Parts: sequence; structure tokens; C-alpha cells
Amino acid sequence: MIFIEKEIQTAAYLFASILFILSLGGLSSQESAKRGVFYGIVGMAIAILATVLGKGVEGHVYIICAIAVAAIIGTLLARKVEMTSMPQLVAILHSFVGLAAVLVGFGSYLDPATHKLSSAEHTIHLVEVFIGVFIGAITFTGSIVAWGKLEGKIMSKPLLYPGRHAVNIILVLASIVLGVMFARAEGTDGMMYLYIMTAIAGFIGVMLVMAIGGADMPVVVSMLNSYSGWAASAAGFMLGNDLLIVTGALVGSSGAILSIIMCEAMNRSFFSVILGGFGAVTSSGEAAAMEGEVTALTHEEVSDLLKEAKSVVIVPGYGMAVAKAQYPIYDMVQTLQKAGKKVRFAIHPVAGRLPGHMNVLLAEANVPYDIVLEMDEINEDLPDTDVVMVIGANDVVNPGAQDDPSSPIYGMPVIEAWKAEKVIIMKRSMSVGYAGVENPLFYKPNAEMLYGDAKDSVEKILGFLKM
Amino acid sequence: MKVGIPSEISPNELRVAATPKTVKRLQKQGFEVYIQHNAGIKANFSDKDFEEAGAKIVATAADIYGKSDIVLKVKEPAMEEVDMMKEGLVMLSYLWPAQNQPLLQKLADKKVNAIAMDAIPRISRAQKMDVLSSMANIAGYRAVIEGSYHFGRFLNGQITAAGKVEPAKVLVIGAGVAGLAAIGAANSLGAIVRAFDTRKEVAEQIESMGAQFLTVEIEEDGATASGYSKEMSKEFIAAEMALFKAQAAEVDIIITTAQIPGRPAPKLILTDHVAVMKPGSVIVDLAASSGGNCELTKNGEVYTTDNGVTIIGKLNQLPSQASQLYGNNLCHLLDDMGKAEKWKIDMEDAVVSRAMVTHNGKINWPPAPLPVSPAKPKAAEVIAEDPKIVAERKNKKEGTSMIIKLVVIGVLLLAMGQFAPGEFMQHFTVFVLAVFIGWQVIWNVSHSLHTPLMAVTNAISGIIIVGGLLQTKDDLSNSMVMTVLASVAILVASINIVGGFVVTHRMLKMFKK
Repeated sequence: MIFIEKEIQTAAYLFASILFILSLGGLSSQESAKRGVFYGIVGMAIAILATVLGKGVEGHVYIICAIAVAAIIGTLLARKVEMTSMPQLVAILHSFVGLAAVLVGFGSYLDPATHKLSSAEHTIHLVEVFIGVFIGAITFTGSIVAWGKLEGKIMSKPLLYPGRHAVNIILVLASIVLGVMFARAEGTDGMMYLYIMTAIAGFIGVMLVMAIGGADMPVVVSMLNSYSGWAASAAGFMLGNDLLIVTGALVGSSGAILSIIMCEAMNRSFFSVILGGFGAVTSSGEAAAMEGEVTALTHEEVSDLLKEAKSVVIVPGYGMAVAKAQYPIYDMVQTLQKAGKKVRFAIHPVAGRLPGHMNVLLAEANVPYDIVLEMDEINEDLPDTDVVMVIGANDVVNPGAQDDPSSPIYGMPVIEAWKAEKVIIMKRSMSVGYAGVENPLFYKPNAEMLYGDAKDSVEKILGFLKM
Repeated sequence: MKVGIPSEISPNELRVAATPKTVKRLQKQGFEVYIQHNAGIKANFSDKDFEEAGAKIVATAADIYGKSDIVLKVKEPAMEEVDMMKEGLVMLSYLWPAQNQPLLQKLADKKVNAIAMDAIPRISRAQKMDVLSSMANIAGYRAVIEGSYHFGRFLNGQITAAGKVEPAKVLVIGAGVAGLAAIGAANSLGAIVRAFDTRKEVAEQIESMGAQFLTVEIEEDGATASGYSKEMSKEFIAAEMALFKAQAAEVDIIITTAQIPGRPAPKLILTDHVAVMKPGSVIVDLAASSGGNCELTKNGEVYTTDNGVTIIGKLNQLPSQASQLYGNNLCHLLDDMGKAEKWKIDMEDAVVSRAMVTHNGKINWPPAPLPVSPAKPKAAEVIAEDPKIVAERKNKKEGTSMIIKLVVIGVLLLAMGQFAPGEFMQHFTVFVLAVFIGWQVIWNVSHSLHTPLMAVTNAISGIIIVGGLLQTKDDLSNSMVMTVLASVAILVASINIVGGFVVTHRMLKMFKK
């Protein structure tokens, strides 16, 4: 075997860190994004090679076997996943990072080499192990619950019980006590404390995500993304490895920023989301009574409206993802464009179950990204738009967020669909959205409903358009 | 249930109460539709069109009135038409109940249940059946088109090789549905549009349609609880007249739409206003049928005054379009009354109880007043603060809190340096700097790439594989557990790396311009 020197290894790690930063930086635009992925892959390859070739690494057989099996599983997973189930994949991958962090933590505790450290260093190392396992375990179980909720295996309603905050605080305090005892234990005698704490952290992870409702899922997924980064960083501290620290910190801050963006898009503080219970809040005042009447259209009438319109804006939401309607929608868009109409998409930051979820779905259906606009870009154009089609979205077009202070989502930035000449809302039924809030938009005189499955409806409209 | 549509007997009425499209709709609602021979001919709908849509053609009006349960009409019925009606018939048409007392009496005597389409209350639920609005919309549009036809110039300003053309100036008086439609039409033809209304609340609507809102310097609001305007005080009218006179000398086309329900239209353009107008200018008087807003208007006539001003007191009704909209209004009302299956005359219903002017032999007019425009809540008194001062104060506050935060962080770091060993501090430095770099880099990521971002960070957080790589041992005898743990860690972390990169690549490949 060829071994590389410690200094060369450090240089390789530095190079890999730079490549990771460039990789994330590349995502600032669609053009440079593909290059970004390439940087990431090269960085990862360099990092792994530099580690494996380093002095003192043993067990190459196990390493190669594990990586080979994982490569097959990973490729299959990534190839097979449907774009609509992207959130589930992301969530399950987070849980893997959490699991790896827990395992590495245990391994590091068992590693006889660490017992030769001086006492202060040893204590710090134990604290690092403890924190790493704690974060890792929360990430692991939390992500599995998030996956279950997204997959529909666990009910998406928030699970709330009285005194849950107190229970959580007690559990955290108990973990700290365990941590102190763990740090004082000789050799590997502290194993028991580590086990108990892992169980507690796992429980906290479950409860944390169970308490969060379906509409807040984008925040949870990005929060877990952040945790998985911090877990990697903690592992870096316990192993004294700067590459892990840097990469973990990058991922951690990335997830944190995504969480902040999502929270801003819902006008909620990060803590109120994490502490859970959205949708169960009682509104502060008498909710404004719904005035007017809901009127429904037929597919033919909708297609007539579209034929007359000059500019059309489509607002997709989770309902489009569920119905997998993106393909017929793009067919419809192309038909309208051929007739000389201006068609664009408006995406709310929290539409879907993952930040940027709608963009990926539309890209999957080959929708060019220059007609896909963000909320702020499209809002000023809406008063001049003839028809807005809201497909499977609800809360993100709720006018109550702007003019009804008693609404639980008051203050959340929304797409001002009601300012257009005509709004067509495609929905399965009159039920409320994930936020559990009535939508006064449906009662506006310029709003019309079209009931039914989004895909089915779009296909029917398309049929009439082509006639 | 059978729905009948007779021909309109008035020679001036070109519209018909149903079109082939609404006939289809009526059938969907479960009605059988009968239509009199040649009922739609003046609106360009032939019997053949109606037959193809599924209606049955009937030769005489007597057959229609004899057969049907519901009769749809446009103009109020003449006395001889009422004679043909049977007891219990439901009839929908314009009725103008305030002006047509004898007709109401006769309908009541015949026990006809008459619904006056012009008496549909103006509440949001009933907007879709509001014939006054749908017809006013047509009138407003038509006023601009006919006005510009009689006006001998372009409406829009142009700069051509042959010279510059000034845009025409259009004044619209009264910003109801007709007024707003006129503003929109004139604006889109390129004219400079001004509009006047006694109701201050419509200023925003006027401006949103692209016109300038003219006002007089007297505080008085003409809005009433019913949504129509009221008559104004003497001082106000004097100021208004002065304004109109000044405008008359300047503008090219005046479109008047002012009407007060149940009364003759107010005289707004007086003889001496017309006298100061430029030759070639046009006045379109949409209130001609109720006496006219202009003193010189002749109902049903278009003529030119001695000083060359054309006054239009008669408009083409766009019968085909008008019939379509009127027919839709009727369909919406029938829809609301339960269609054929659950047909019910519900005198509790806010719309039906007001529009049903005769019911079971009794006259049900005038109805109790119904306020529509929600009363404006008094604006809370807001103490205006100079936004600059507010911003400055906020800035200062943020500045101080920033300093406090930095001091706290500095102290904490010093404390940490006191106790932690050197190696830890080195790693910690790297960690903090990496967080900052991550923070800066990620804010630049495009919103639409957030999902790929998560997938990529998933992949690179698989870097935790390094931890596993450092822990596997060749010699399993005394580090069996550790090696197994490490191998599993390598396995899951590698799934992350491979899966994350592959799926990101797959996603990005889809993003195309």
C-alpha cells in the first residue's frame, strides 16, 4: 500500500473543502449548478481517497465492500425516486447522516487511541462524543418520523399533549446530567450513560417532529438538513478532523438559512414552528364572516375563459404534486402559448413539502425555468393578468393573510391572485388547506371553482382547448 | 319544467331572452326549452341555431304563454301579453316596478309571479344576475365607440410623417358600471380620459381604469347605503356646473351616465355648456331614456346642434352580445332558484324576495331597503411619524444591540480560550469561519434550486464517512464492535453520497431554459 503524509492529507482536505464551497456556490444559478455538482463529486472523491490512503487506516476490505454495496443502493434509490416524492428521499437521507453520526460517536468512544489523551483533552473529547451522538440521534429519529409523515405512513396532524414543553425540557436536563456522569467515567465505563442518552435523544427527535403539522414540513425538512450538518461537524470535533468540521458547518448553515427563508415565507418565528402546534392555534378574534358565494365552473367554461385571456398565470401547490399534474399542465401551457398567450408560473416559497419542490416538478415536465417566477416577481403583474389558475394551492393565495388580522396566517406574504381579472381555483373539495384556515378567495366575485382531481381536470380542459 | 321564450313585440327591442348557448345551459339545468318562431332574428340567432341547441320552435306567443311554467322576456310585457298569461306562471323580465304600477296591478290580478330583473338587489351574491350591470357594461363600451364614430378624429395621439395628432379628451360623468366601462374603452383607444362622480369612494376605481378623477372643492359625499348616488346640495351643484362648463370648453367627447333610480335623470350639461363646446365635439347621453343628462338631448335621436356639437340620444344595443349576457344573468337566477329539480320560490331568499314584485296575487313592491356597500369603519387616528426618524431610531437601536452582542460573544470566546486546549481552539476557529462562509454562500442560492441544494448538502454531509474510514480495523479480535459500527456508518454515509449526487444531477438535468 502507498501511504501519503499527514501534510499532504491536510492539503487534500483543504482542497476538498474549497471544492465543496464552490459546489454550493454554483447553485446560485441554473447554468453553473451542474458544474457545482461536479465540484462536489470531485471534492468527495479526493476526501475519501486522501483518508483511505492516510497512515493508520486499516480494514480496507470492509471499507471497499461497504462503499460498493452503498453505491448500488444509492444509485438505485436516486434513479427510481419520483420527483413528487423528493421530500421523502431527502428526509430519509438525513436520517442516514444522523445514524452515521451516532455510530461514529460510539466507535470513537470505543477507540482505544482516545484513552491515551491527556485528562483535559480526554474530557473535551468525551463531551464532543456526547454532543455528537445527541445531535445524531435526534436527526436520525426525527428524520424517520418526517419521512413517515411525508410518505403518509404517520398522520400529518400535529401530535400535541399538555405539558410537552416541560417534558422536553426535563429530558434535555436529564441528558445534561447523564453527560456530566459520562465525562467523569473511566475507560469505557460510561457506555451505559451513552446508551440512555441516545434513547432519550431519539425520543426527543420523535416528539419534536410529531408535534409539527403538515404545512410546516418544509421548515422541518430544512431544519433536519441543518441538524445533519451539525452532527457531521460534531463528529469532526471528536475526531479532530477539520474537513468534517468545515463540511458540517457548511451544511448546517445551509439548512439553517433554508429554515429561515421558509419561516419568513410563512411569517412565523422559527421557534413557533419548532415548538409545533400550528393549525391548532385559536384565532385571536372573531374570524371575518365569509361574504358572497362560491361559484363553480365546468371544464368547458374554463377552457373558454382561457381562450379569451391574453395573459395567464398558474399558481401550483401541493395538490399538483399529489395529482402528478405537471405534465398535462405543461401541455396546456404549450397549447396556450401557441395561441399567442403569455403564460407564466408563480411559485410561493413554501408551496409543496420541500423548499423549491414546485420548481423541480415543473422542471421535470420540461417547463423552461424562465417562465417560472417567484412570488415577489409576479405579484406586481397580477393586476394586469386576465386569468390566474390556482392548481392545488390554498393558503399561499389566501387574501386573509393581508386583510384579516384575526386570521392565523395574517401577515404571511401571499400571491395576490385575487387582483387578476378572473381566478380559477382547481381543488378536490371545499376543504381548508393545511393551515386549517378558511380561504375568503373562494368567495370573491371574480373567483370560480373547478372541482376534481388536478390532472384529470387539466386533461379535460386541454381537450376543450384543442377542439 | 318548461321554459318559454316569446319574441319581443316592441320594434325597438332587438334583444332576446335566450341564445343558443343559454338554451344549452337551461337544458343542463333540467328545463325543456320552447322558443317562439323568429324570436332571435333581430339578435342574429336563427331558428335553426336554436333547434340545433335543443330548443323546440313554437309558432305563436299564445302557445308559449300557454305551455310554459317559466317565461323569459327582455322588455316589460305589454298589457295584451299579460292577457295571454296563465295563473301561477313565473315571468322574468325588466319591469321597472316604480314606474309601472298599473302593469304590476294587472300581473297581480292574473296571479302571475313576476320577477323584475331590474330589481335584483346589488349584493355581492347577486352580481352574476345583475342585468343592470351587464347591460350598463355594454352601454359604456358602445358609448365610446359611437361617440368616436361621430367624432371626426383619432382618439389616440400620434406622431406621423404627415404631422402630429393630439389625443382626444374624453369626459365621463358618473362612474357606475357604464361609466367605468366607458373609461376603460376610451382609455384603451388612446384618449385622455377624465371622470367625475359625486361619490368620493369611486375615485380609486376611476384611477384604476386609467382616468383622472375630477372633483369639486366641497366636502360632500354622494354615496348612499344602497350603493346608488343621491341628489346633492345647491352649493355642490353650483360648483359642479362651473366645473362642467370649464371642462366642456376643453374636452372633445362627453359621455354622461348619471341616473337616479325612479326619478328623471339630473340635468348636468346645460344649454350654455353645449354652447362653449368646440364644433365637432360629441355628447353621448346614456340617460336619454330617462330624460337625458343634457338639456338638449332628444331621446332616440342623433342630431347636430347649430354650433356643430353632435348629441347622441340613441345607442345600438349590440343585440347579440347583450342577449348573451342577459341570458346568462337569467340562467344564474334560475340556477339559484334550484334549477328544474329543486325548483322553489323562496320568499325568504334575499334576492328572490326583492326581485319577485308580484307573488300569489299580491304586489310586493317596494321592498325594504337593503344596505350593500359595507359601512366604512372610521379610520383609527394614527399619529404620523416621520419615517426618516423612525428608520434612524431603528438603526441606532440595532447598532447598540449589535455592540452588546459582540461584547458578549467576545467575552464568551475569551472564557473558552482560558480553559480549552489549543487544539480545540484551532478546530473551533475553523468551525466558526466555515459557518460564516456557508452563511454567505447559501444566501446567494436561487430559490428555485432549493431542492437540489438540499440534495447536494445531503450528499456532502455524507463526508461523515471519513469518521467511519478512520475507525475500521484489520484485526477484529479486540475491535470487532468498533469495526462493525464503522462499517455500517460507511455504508449509510456512502448511500448518502452516491444517492445525493445522483439525484441532484438528475434534477439539474431537468432545468432547461
